[in-house]
Amino acid sequence: MKLGALAAVVGLLLTACGSSSNNTGNTLAQPPTAGMKPLDKVGTGEGQLNLIAWEGYTDDSWVKPFTQQTGCVVSAKYAGSSDEMVSLMKDGGGGQWDMVSASGDADLRLIYGGDVRPMNEKLIADWPNFDPYFKNPPYNTVNGIHYGISLQWGPNVLLYNTKKFANPPTSWAAVYDPANKGLVTAYDYPITIADGALYLSKSNPKLGIKDPYELTKAQFDATVALMTSQRQLIKKYWGLGSDEISMFQNGDAFIGAAWPYQVGQLKAAGAPVQETIPSEGATGWGDTWMLATKAPHANCAYLWTQYVSTAKIQAQQALFYGETPVNTQACAQMEALQPGSCAQYHADASSQYFSQIKFWKTPIATCDDGSLNCIPYDQWVSAWTTIKG
Amino acid sequence: MAVATARRPRPKGGGAVPFSAFFWRYPWLRPLLLLSPPLFWFVAVYLASLVLLLITAFWTTNPFTTQIVQVWNTDNFQIMFSSVTYRTIMSRTVLMAAAVTVTDAILAFPFAYFMARVASRRVQTLLFAAVLLPLWASYLARVYAWILIFNHSGILNWSLQSIGLPPANIGYTNTAMWIVFSYIWLPFMIIPTYAALERVPESLVEAAADLGARRWRTIRDVVLPLALPGVVAGSIFTFALTLGDYITPILVGGADSSLIGTVVYSNVGIANNIPFAAAMAMIPVAIMAIYLFIAQRLGAFEAL
Repeated sequence: MKLGALAAVVGLLLTACGSSSNNTGNTLAQPPTAGMKPLDKVGTGEGQLNLIAWEGYTDDSWVKPFTQQTGCVVSAKYAGSSDEMVSLMKDGGGGQWDMVSASGDADLRLIYGGDVRPMNEKLIADWPNFDPYFKNPPYNTVNGIHYGISLQWGPNVLLYNTKKFANPPTSWAAVYDPANKGLVTAYDYPITIADGALYLSKSNPKLGIKDPYELTKAQFDATVALMTSQRQLIKKYWGLGSDEISMFQNGDAFIGAAWPYQVGQLKAAGAPVQETIPSEGATGWGDTWMLATKAPHANCAYLWTQYVSTAKIQAQQALFYGETPVNTQACAQMEALQPGSCAQYHADASSQYFSQIKFWKTPIATCDDGSLNCIPYDQWVSAWTTIKG
Repeated sequence: MAVATARRPRPKGGGAVPFSAFFWRYPWLRPLLLLSPPLFWFVAVYLASLVLLLITAFWTTNPFTTQIVQVWNTDNFQIMFSSVTYRTIMSRTVLMAAAVTVTDAILAFPFAYFMARVASRRVQTLLFAAVLLPLWASYLARVYAWILIFNHSGILNWSLQSIGLPPANIGYTNTAMWIVFSYIWLPFMIIPTYAALERVPESLVEAAADLGARRWRTIRDVVLPLALPGVVAGSIFTFALTLGDYITPILVGGADSSLIGTVVYSNVGIANNIPFAAAMAMIPVAIMAIYLFIAQRLGAFEAL
């Protein structure tokens, strides 16, 4: 028994040694579906495709042409949160769902739950055009196996009211500064703890935080303490993007993390707001189309993934939702649809820009060094309840 | 013709209605058939789901995949009672429910009294419609209306400032939550109180007057004790509804406004930890069981 455990640890350490910073995804224990062979070629569509998606991800303007081209009739269910996606996808999608547009904070849970299966990136013609980061991001690629194809991403920028903050804030310290009591807002979701960890990784180097999603007990406790003290400054946590928009419009919030979507909406409404990525960098999210283990319409699923990866649809969706395509060729299409949008959404971002952004991924007990010292997601959830009080 | 007379029509009733004869022969069948659909509904849908809730509360989830692990334990309850956060949330919920109930009772009594004993028949109907009218509008729309009133640049602050007072700034606080709850559940207090007040016999009030009691004395010593079961019946609604609500705290509440309902909601919707949500949901059930026991002792069920 002991020898077996030792062997397992050694094995983990060995695989961990293979891990590196040059972004080949995660190096962890093999997920249950790792051995499933992905399709070699895409056959004819089954005539039907059942998707679980974020609201706005299956708009008629690009779904209808897809159905015309392929004969796959799309029926989509909108999920309200990553966790709703995880629970809908239980049991490999139950033989009902084909794909889910999961965000990075849900991906590893789906992968290790055996709910999604490997996808063959060679079948996606546009994959070589993806930004290198999104070919193998650690949130959807484990041991070099792709459990889905990246779709779109966005940063969690620091949004502020330019009248209240005449000197633009350059650090996340502004949202933890007691001087800003009653002005601050934050996203009401456990993954927000990573925002605090990211700030502490720079402001308190003694803690030694390298990855805001891989926190040891001491690092996690320090972050939770920071977030708990931040509660005194917060009038209200926002759950929906529209809540944050109305709070900024009504003078109930003046500074806080936001998605580019809210920034765009507020600016369009003429609100005096500005966004910035502070010196510490920012967290961000990346969405992935993942294939259910029991997907009944796998061919249609591949046809759909091919379709949404094309530059044209990538640009269309990016502008519709206010996010950034992973296909680098989409920039020109965005400019054609809405001049200036490519730069606005950082679709032309350099690798230097990506290095500032720590993308959401499910916190799990296994740290990057293979040790089991990290705080898993369920503790993030209960800590979040404590933080909000 | 001859054929027609031979086929004489049977007289109506009698042997032509075999069902009624069958039920006449087995009298116990009739109530059984009448009651079984509602009973089935009650047992299968209502009680069974409560039992399932109770059972789930003693399971846990796999922290990583969030799948339910069916191993019996009391971890959920231990976490709930040992953590300061959850204890604060539970006592905050009970205090909020109590505050809302008392506020509604104080607001509802004079209103119900006027409706039941002072107003003319016509006015009474009008007031009744006025009480029920908000229930026709969407709950969400009414809560959002209060957000518009309370927020920083809302009507409340605007009105206060235009008469030269400092702004109240109660948007997204527990005070806002208390006001919204009291508003939303007020009809549920007025109607049982009204029903109880209407049933106070006029003769008793006259007798009190004959014995020299003034108006206030009559209200205090005759009307109020007789109407109390109605108020307690109303309080069951206001208390229970506040105890389980999660929409108002999410929308109107601020940073320190989690209630039991919000914890249940976030454990199902965000954390996918259904066993913990089930354990948390047992708390209002237990509190209400105690509350109903006391209410029954106070005669509230006769007033319903």
